Amino acid sequence: MQHLLSAADLDREAAVRILDTAQEMSRLTDRAIKKLPTLRGRTVVNLFFEDSTRTRTSFELAAKRLSADVVNFSAKGSSLSKGESLKDTALTLEAMGADAIVVRHPASGAPHRLATAGWVSARVVNAGDGTHEHPTQALLDAYTMRRHLGDLEGRAVVVVGDVLHSRVARSNVLLLHTLGAQVTLVGPPTLLPVGVESWPCRVSYDLDTELAKADAVMMLRVQLERMGASYFPSAREYSRRYGLDDDRLHLLPEHAVVLHPGPMNRGMEITADVADSPRSVIVEQVGNGVLVRMAVLYLLLGGGDVEDRG
Amino acid sequence: MSHAPQADEAMHVLLSAADIARALTRIGHEILERNKGCDDVVLLGIPRGGVPLAHRLAERMAAVEPPGVPVGSLDVTMYRDDLRLRPARALERTDIPSAGIDDRVVVLVDDVLFSGRTVRAALTALDDVGRPRAVQLAVLVDRGHRELPIRPDYVGKNVPTSRAESVRVHLVESDGVDQVVLLREGT
Repeated sequence: MQHLLSAADLDREAAVRILDTAQEMSRLTDRAIKKLPTLRGRTVVNLFFEDSTRTRTSFELAAKRLSADVVNFSAKGSSLSKGESLKDTALTLEAMGADAIVVRHPASGAPHRLATAGWVSARVVNAGDGTHEHPTQALLDAYTMRRHLGDLEGRAVVVVGDVLHSRVARSNVLLLHTLGAQVTLVGPPTLLPVGVESWPCRVSYDLDTELAKADAVMMLRVQLERMGASYFPSAREYSRRYGLDDDRLHLLPEHAVVLHPGPMNRGMEITADVADSPRSVIVEQVGNGVLVRMAVLYLLLGGGDVEDRG
Repeated sequence: MSHAPQADEAMHVLLSAADIARALTRIGHEILERNKGCDDVVLLGIPRGGVPLAHRLAERMAAVEPPGVPVGSLDVTMYRDDLRLRPARALERTDIPSAGIDDRVVVLVDDVLFSGRTVRAALTALDDVGRPRAVQLAVLVDRGHRELPIRPDYVGKNVPTSRAESVRVHLVESDGVDQVVLLREGT
């Protein structure tokens, strides 16, 4: 694995390898001393052009648990806010000797550009680019589902809500399809992207029917900050048709789990009762995020060929 | 890991199935004798070969002095000093018995002792798990060529080898047959 830019880059073997590695990481970190010496002397740069405290903290913790040095570059209060181009920033990081760059950018494709333009020799990890992809989120979701459901082959996963603005949904559809799960997207037609029929999944507008068949349901955050125009009549109508409340929770089979990538709009796409119910694995997802990111950083940086670049 | 032995390779059988069984029985007794019983002893196999061996030793020790000893596994991949010489490797299972290792006697179990670097990595890994009262080392084959000041406490068989040779341990659990062979390369 050279970079992690898209969930589509992972074939089944590579995806399972990351998930299995994360599982072993959980055994290694489930003890008093959580630190492993593996990435000692490596430098991981968190390059965040968008605020995201939870994703940045998760990557930072993952890198630190593997003993890497971590540098955080965020847009606020740095040269990034003074209009420095991605290229100049990249050349700066290269000069500083970054071994891996974890990048979050508002423009779809920015991590791909960073990885392939020849500016840096570091490994690049996409931590969310525009409305495109967020592969480590999909990996942590798959990891969480696997812990509760076992092998995901043939499992039914329902992804509900604002698919249009969701890089999480796209990465999840790609990865879950690779892992053999059947994904169904549910949401108002205005919040489904053009071209969704070419994605490897089904589309439905009837949440209640889909819930009865689901092994896992993932509620997406309604990204109000990305919505210039109105995509649905009112918040109340949205939550009545597509929100997960207590009544809908009872439609789910006994074993099914509820996921949310966070941060939640309680009362909008998910009620507080459901978010705090025993069926919800939302808090567990956060912990699993660190494990999955440790696995990704280990597989990208733990081996030898980084040294060979001269 | 290892493939079944082929007749056309220049190979020499070091230990047969019966030899392996006898060596493990003896080592089991030696562990009990040295530690005056099972109390506080924990066996940790080093993946992959050491893990089935640790389980077999534990069975033998339990037969002599019930109820026996806790047994687990300790993956040392993340602690190796040669990580950068090869692409990232998949991790093996680490499974520390629930009672932990603090103040206990940990017996590390591996199939072959060679440079000693795996054992060094295991000692470092143990640091992060707890503080045993003592650490001992049991190996099925000691083939020499140590690169570190490490010695085994229990040895199935000492085998003088050249660096050009390789020692393959085949176990029923992974290879369907119990056998240790010496392969000469380039012949």
